[in-house]
Amino acid sequence: MEQALSSARKAPPKGFDTGRMLSVFWQITKAGLVLAFLGWLIWRGIDAMDYRWQWFRVQPFFYRVIDGEIIWGPLVRGLIMTLQIASIAGVLAVLIGFVTALARMSGSFAGRIIATVYLEAIRNTPLLVQLFLVYFVLAPIIGLDRFWAGVLCLALFEGSFAAEIIRGGLRGVDRGQYEAADAVGMSTADKYRYIIIPQSLPLILPPLTGLLISTIKHSAIVSVIALAELTTQGLNLVSNTFMAFEVWFIVAGMYLALTVTLSFAVTLFEWYLNKSDR
Amino acid sequence: MTETSERPLVEISGLCKWYGEFSALYDINMNVARGEKVVICGPSGSGKSTLIRCINQLEEHQQGTLLVDGKEVRPGMKGIEQIRRDVGMVFQSFNLFPHMTVLDNLVLGPVRNLGMSRTKARELAMGYLEKVRIAEQAGKYPPQLSGGQQQRVAIARALCMQPKIMLFDEPTSALDPEMIAGVLDVMEALARDGMTMIVVTHEMGFARRVADRVVFMDEGEIVEVATPEEFFTAPKTDRAAQFLSQLLAH
Ligand SMILES: Nc1ncnc2c1ncn2[C@@H]1O[C@H](COP(=O)(O)OP(=O)(O)O)[C@@H](O)[C@H]1O
Ligand SMILES: [Mg+2]
Repeated sequence: MEQALSSARKAPPKGFDTGRMLSVFWQITKAGLVLAFLGWLIWRGIDAMDYRWQWFRVQPFFYRVIDGEIIWGPLVRGLIMTLQIASIAGVLAVLIGFVTALARMSGSFAGRIIATVYLEAIRNTPLLVQLFLVYFVLAPIIGLDRFWAGVLCLALFEGSFAAEIIRGGLRGVDRGQYEAADAVGMSTADKYRYIIIPQSLPLILPPLTGLLISTIKHSAIVSVIALAELTTQGLNLVSNTFMAFEVWFIVAGMYLALTVTLSFAVTLFEWYLNKSDR
Repeated sequence: MTETSERPLVEISGLCKWYGEFSALYDINMNVARGEKVVICGPSGSGKSTLIRCINQLEEHQQGTLLVDGKEVRPGMKGIEQIRRDVGMVFQSFNLFPHMTVLDNLVLGPVRNLGMSRTKARELAMGYLEKVRIAEQAGKYPPQLSGGQQQRVAIARALCMQPKIMLFDEPTSALDPEMIAGVLDVMEALARDGMTMIVVTHEMGFARRVADRVVFMDEGEIVEVATPEEFFTAPKTDRAAQFLSQLLAH
């Protein structure tokens, strides 16, 4: 009797949950109906405007084949530039974030003041103004070109958010871990390197990857200093071809493809991390 | 030569500490000789933890002087790591590094702080794991062990730094009753080996068997210092008597 009970308890409920499946199905249908309605509205609107679609002209925006050689078009070159800007800015932002977070938590008074001033300045001024400041004021002084001005500005901006994420993660590690590391006489650097940072990564990584995805989106802002990334290329194409609808749909679709792919990769990675935890 | 070895290992005089307006320690005077075993007891909140945590500067004192092995320990001082390497500490909540194996918990300190080779540190670590009778768990992660096992690992981790003194802050009060004896056995063996120890504990049996002196604290002050025999059978102060009767009632 007792045997039967305990073995029955061990088994999780099996079988198909029809109620749950139906409710998921209904949710999907509802979303589909809303999207279809919105699509129909847009299509009607465009129809009423008498817009002349010229989708047949877009292929050279991506690539052309001349003498059997592929020449990349503006959109692909823009995409590559966007990836370059976002990845370099992303790496710098994480570095800035770590330095700022550690400075804020450190015993050094000067470190705390500098970190706080940086965070407040970035958070309380518009990103566009920061970009102009870096590009028109800072860049000529320290001799930065357009590319690095854009990257630096973006990195400083995202870095302020990274700092908060990282600080939250570091503070999330139990106080006893800091004390145990101190008690065995570890240096501050070793304490963070071997004890605190490894334990805070599970807390830091998910929001940090979210931040890297925003960096891709925010990188569009550097189009105002005419850095030839995806949005700039879109602007140029529109002014040359007047195909605003096609171009902006494509550009939006490319950003979406990029960010969705990254999110998916991150989800897979987290799933893998969780699995190896067990 | 003889003078340095006769000098107390820990010298505390006029030590005071405040948390804001609250006086957590007041005018603490206490020396601990080499090889001596001191048990500190007293009601909860009487400043026992604060006192021993001042010795390795997990807490900073504000007044008084504190010397460990003749070296002055000052709040915010440079090189506090050097002093901490000579002072092992065992916490109530173990505080093992959960993301490292038991062996790596032990090896990290000697390799990074004493400049020992990994091979040598492993040998040393396995030796101490034998001593605390837990060598077969070397490859496991701390969360996989019982509380008693974790605490014994924590003791071994502190010993791996080859400290001159060991501080214990209620090492058995977070343990299930059946785990306590194993940890106390390890501590008694350590005492027999001649280690200098300051132990915050309410384990009277342990205190009687091991302690050279019992220090009774209340409200941030040292109220009474006596041999365990004297203290447990005939406390001199009312406060100590009251504390002991409460302890026995449980
Ligand atoms: N970080 C802190 N901030 C404020 N008060 C504290 C802090 N740490 C300890 N205290 C207070 O100091 C007193 C002594 O604490 P503690 O040394 O932990 O006592 P014990 O270990 O004897 O129980 C307690 O009243 C406690 O509330
Ligand atoms: Mg305490």
